[in-house]
Parts: sequence; structure tokens; C-alpha cells
Amino acid sequence: MAVYLDNAATTRPCEPAVSAVFQNMVEDYGNPSSLHAVGLKAEQNITEARKAIAAALVCDPQCVTFTSGATECNNTAIFGAAKNYGKRKKKIVVSAIEHPSVAEPIKYLEEKEGFEVVRIKPSRNGEIAVEDFIDAVDDNTCLVSCMLVNNETGSIQPVRKIFSYVKRNFPECITHCDAVQGFMKIPMKSAELFADIIVVSGHKVHAVKGVGAMYIRKGIRVAPLIMGGGQEKNLRSGTESVPLIAGFGAAVRALMPTMSVAHSNAEEISEYLLKKLAKLEYITVNSTAENKSPYITNFSVKGIRSEIMLHFLESKEVYVSSGSACSKGAHSSVLTAMGIPDKLADSAIRVSIGRTTTKGEIDVLVNAIQEGYQTLAKTK
Amino acid sequence: MKELIIFKEGEIALKGLNKRTFEDAFIRNLKHRLNKLGKFEYTKAQSTIYAIPQSEDIDLDEAVELGSKVFGAAALCRALVVEKDFDAICKEAIAYIEETAMMSRTFKVEAKRSDKKFPMKSPEICMELGGKILEAYPHLTVDVKNPQMVVTVEIRDTAAYVHAGNLPGAGGIPVGTSGSAMLLLSGGIDSPVAAYMMAKRGIKLSAIHYVSPPYTSERARLKVERLCEKLTPYCGDVAFYCVPFTKIQEALRDNCPEELFTILMRRLMMEIAQRIAEEKDMQALITGESVGQVASQTMGAIVCTDAACRMPVFRPVIGMDKTEIVEIARKIDTFDISIEPYEDCCTVFTPKHPKTKPVLADVEAAQNAFDFEPLIAEAVAETELKVIKL
Repeated sequence: MAVYLDNAATTRPCEPAVSAVFQNMVEDYGNPSSLHAVGLKAEQNITEARKAIAAALVCDPQCVTFTSGATECNNTAIFGAAKNYGKRKKKIVVSAIEHPSVAEPIKYLEEKEGFEVVRIKPSRNGEIAVEDFIDAVDDNTCLVSCMLVNNETGSIQPVRKIFSYVKRNFPECITHCDAVQGFMKIPMKSAELFADIIVVSGHKVHAVKGVGAMYIRKGIRVAPLIMGGGQEKNLRSGTESVPLIAGFGAAVRALMPTMSVAHSNAEEISEYLLKKLAKLEYITVNSTAENKSPYITNFSVKGIRSEIMLHFLESKEVYVSSGSACSKGAHSSVLTAMGIPDKLADSAIRVSIGRTTTKGEIDVLVNAIQEGYQTLAKTK
Repeated sequence: MKELIIFKEGEIALKGLNKRTFEDAFIRNLKHRLNKLGKFEYTKAQSTIYAIPQSEDIDLDEAVELGSKVFGAAALCRALVVEKDFDAICKEAIAYIEETAMMSRTFKVEAKRSDKKFPMKSPEICMELGGKILEAYPHLTVDVKNPQMVVTVEIRDTAAYVHAGNLPGAGGIPVGTSGSAMLLLSGGIDSPVAAYMMAKRGIKLSAIHYVSPPYTSERARLKVERLCEKLTPYCGDVAFYCVPFTKIQEALRDNCPEELFTILMRRLMMEIAQRIAEEKDMQALITGESVGQVASQTMGAIVCTDAACRMPVFRPVIGMDKTEIVEIARKIDTFDISIEPYEDCCTVFTPKHPKTKPVLADVEAAQNAFDFEPLIAEAVAETELKVIKL
């Protein structure tokens, strides 16, 4: 039976999400902007989804905006904030381990718009030091961005400490947090993060692909990337994808109550995995942060390149990832930023467990790795 | 570590023999808001009300947020409970303030010793504890004028409390201590503000809204329900009366002079509101009128509207400018909903040139020219009630 251990890449949509999507395609198919009752029903379904996301983030539903996914959210947040707040202040401080959907827009601002960008490197275990980050922030900084949980190593970043310092000393500086891998996995409250903008994604939490949401604190002005009919309070024009949004809301509503149970389960599974890996002397665990999400484990198999091991595991119907699924084949910038030697980075495997992962599946994985190590040719 | 939430009584601390009634009403309202978070015990002593969480997993930040909207408290804060022993106070206070201390550069200590049996005087407590905090957090410096962190120690009869600063409470007096009234809620900016202001003075509110389908849409009614929802953290549950108003508006259009349309409509709205209010034993009406803001709110128009009322009409925003009203609407978070652009019943059939200086006799004559009574009775009978809960 297939063992799917790539839940940080995407998750299997849950039943309530799927039926909400279906319902909003065949029954409530109206355009939320239509004035009649069919349109109103669609609008109400979006409102319900908005309330569910808001409850999970502990914020006012008015602060939640839906888009096509976390990449669009991050782009909107960064370009939109830079446009409104970066006219005179031309500096951005960001962690060096961001997802490309954050790193690339910021690189664009650096190369094409003349922003000064400071990238804060993590320590060897993948954690950003609070002092390093806040030392880089000054009066001229318009935006700081730090992810909550790293997608490759699972390290939890001290976002609250960094942002609370920034907001206390530079209240006008916008704080942006990509929380895609933390949402519905670790406890998170919008107010406690001191973030002006928080980005989350649907398909990482058992909803379907093509929908994401961002929390934007009241009073923060973000310029839209897309203009048109003025949907989503003018921030994201284009007819709302009611089915996907409703599915997102349904998934969050269904799974939020069991978040802490799932978390302790993930902790148990992750400990079990680490214990088994510790017995294999050719394995080096890369995700060693003290503060870490149990859902993600990253390790290297000595002498075997990630892709080769990945395909070997695939032949045993075990599905994992080499670094992040979003950057196929590329060298992991996260592991490099952590100062992990190229040899180890080249052989990194990311195992991301899900709500249904069992110890039996971990056994299958570890056995397959052992078999692979014994049979595959090793690089020198 | 044991924590609780302290509410400092505002005006109700000054009440005489019936102070207890006010305190009990405050606790009742508070309980109603905090219930969804978990179980709290409530006690009162020395013009202070304590909400003590009965389990560890209760979200106290959320409780503070909800509590800051309950009328009757001048200030509130979450606080650490410590036994009244100075060494214990120092030890626990230093640990308790760690996070705030790490984010601050300057601080001061304030002490309040209402238990005079405690051996140290307030200034001594400040000096000694301040010294220990400096030792524990060497990056801090003392600034008594403009500190980033204020550590307060209160030595009370029952225990000592440590907290890092009061938050402002909602003020006012507890809802339910001043009788009940019917709010005419339109969907605009002013009436929710009027509701907030009267609830602040202890009035229990119900709301009445007029719909005229197909001239007004379902969305317009839902918008008003959402406004009620926004009011519930302040007012508690709101009984929402929705009156079908189409027939009356059409009768007005067909039978009355156009320039008096709005004034006659408002008089009929008042009539319906007070019939329902009387039936439910309410004692007054509340509107969001402000003198001179629009044609129907000129002095003359208000005189004509008021003449149709048997009950007192409270108009808390009567002397306020729009900007002042908007400021409160933003604070209570109704503004963004209020400005959503839906047709409401006040704008349907609006005359081109409304009379700004109507004469009462003319208005009454116009109203008497048509028998509205059957339509009024029908509207009252068909009014729908929905309780908007917190």
C-alpha cells in the first residue's frame, strides 16, 4: 500500500472539503456579486468560510482575504505593502530561508525597484536568532518578513519575539508572516504573532489546491496586484472561486477542533521516526531545531543523492520529497543558508507526515531506506 | 502560576446602597460574555471584581478582549496572584514579566498597598522590587516619567497581584441597570453609534428595522443583522424586530404630498416602533438623529417627528458632527459594515425637494388625509423577531 509522506507539499482533501466543493459547483453555483438570491447564497457560503478561517486565526472575519493560493497572497502582501509603505523607506529585512513565493518578490524589489534587502541567516539548526533580525531593522525599514515554520526543516521561527520588537520600536514597519506550514498544525493567533499580514494555504490543510487566504490587520493598506470588479474589498478582483473557498472553510471547520490531538500524534510519530533513524549511522538529521514542528523531518543519507533515493523509495510506493516540492531538482537554499555542507544538502530527504500517518508506515519507510542504502551505488 | 483578570469598577464604585445591584449586573453581563471561553469564578472586593479562570486552558487574552467591552469597568488587566510575602512577590514577578521585560528598555514599578498590615510601605516595595528587576534584567533602566513597561504590585486583603499595566475598560454602567429601549436601526453609520452610547448608560437594547422588498434587498437586511452582531459584545443579545414596510411606503407615495414623504414616513416608523416597544414594556426609543445632518433631521423636521411620539426619544448623537460619530463607529467596528452600499428603506422614494421647515399642522393634516391605521396594524402584526446572540 502506498505510503504518502509528502504532506508538506500537499495533503489529501478531506471529505467535508470535497463535499463543500461539490455542493458549491452543482447547487450553490451563483456569482457572489449577483444581486439575486442565488448570488446571495454564494456570498453567504464565502462568508461562512471566512468566519471559519478567522476563527482558526483568532481574528475578525473582515481581516481575511481569499486569493488563488499562498503564492498570490505573498506576492500581494509584499508588492502591495512595498507600494504603499516603501516610497520613502527603502529597506526590507527578511529571513534567508523563505519560500520562493516570498524570496522572489523581494529579490525583484531589490533588483528592479532599488530596495535594500537584508537577509538574516539561520544558525546551523535552522533557527533565526532574534537579535540578528532586530539588529538589522531600523527607521528606514518598510517591511520585515519571517516565516513561521520552515517548509524544509520544520524549524519554528521566533516570529512573535521578532515582530513584537519591530512593532514596539517601529510601529509603521509592516510585519509579514508566511504561516503556510504552521497553520492548523501549531497553535497560532494573529494577535500573538504581532504580524500585520499572515498568509495561509488551503491545500496544505486538507482543502483543495487553488485557494489561499491572508489575514491583514485592520488599518494596514495593501495595494492590489489585480484590478477589476473590486471583489474581496478591492484587494483581489475576479469572481471568487466559491467552491474552493467553501472547501477551504469546510476543511478548517472540520479539522480545527482536533488540531492538538493531531499535533501530539505527530509528535509521537516523529519521535518514533527519529529513534529509528538514530540507529542508522549513515543518516544525518538536518532538522535539529530546538523549536520544531513535528510534521516535518529532514535528513541526509550519506553518499546517495536525494533524487536517487526519492525514486528508489517511489519504486516501493513510499513518497517523500527532496527539500521542497516547489523547487524541483534545485539546490536547497534553506539547507545552504543553514551552513549545511553541499554533500549533505545534496542527499537531503524531507519526510512530512500527515494526520493519518502510522508507525507502520514509518517502518515501511525506514526499511526501504535501509534497502536503498545497501543496493544503490554511492557517490564518493 | 495562577492568573486572573481584575476589573476596576468605574462609576459604579460611587453608587450608594444599591451598588450591589450594579456589581451583580456587571458580573452577570461579564459571565455571559466569558462563558464561551470556559468557566470562571467571580468575586468582588474593594470596588474590584475578579474573574478567576477555573481551568488552565482558558484563553485569558481573549477574555481580556471580551471583558474590555463590558460596560461598568474603568480598567482591567490580567494579573498574577502571589501570596503576600515580599520574597515570593519578587521571585514570581520577575519570572512573570520576562517577555515584556525582554521587549522593553525602560520601566518603573508602582505599588498600591490597600492592606495596611503588610509590613512594607508602597515606596519601599517600589524601590526593593525595582532593584531586583534591574538585577534580573540588566538591560533595563528606570524611567519614572515615560516607561515602556510599568510593573504594578497591589497588596490587597486576600492576596498580592502583579501585572504589567492596566488597559482601559469600557466605562459606563452595566447594561440592564437602566431599563430597556427600542433602537431604530437603519443600517447607516449613526444608529449603531447611538446604540453603543445608550448601552453604555446601562440601557438594555432591542432594535427595529424596516424593510421594503422589492425596493430593498435581502442583503440590506442581512447587513443590519451584522450590525447587530457587532453591537452584541457591548450590548449583549439584541432582540431584532424586522418590520415589512412596503405597503406603507407605497400608500405614502400615492396619497401624500411628495415633499412631506420622509417626515410622514418617519412619523409612521416611530408609531410602529412605540407600539412594539409598549407591548414589550420598553420605556423609550433611541435614534441616531443629529440636528441638521439631512433634511429629515432639521430642527423643524425633528419637532414634527417627535410630535408623533408618546415615549421619550433618546438621541445621543444629536449634537455630534459626522466626524465625531465616525470615530466611534470605527472604534466599535460598525463603520465598515455601515458604509456597504445597499439601498435601504429611508432612501426609497426620497423626494427631490424635501421640506426642511415643515409645519406640524400641515404634516398632521397630510397624515390624516389617509387612514394608515390598518396598514400600521398589519405591519406590526407581521413583524418578525430574531434574537441576535453574542
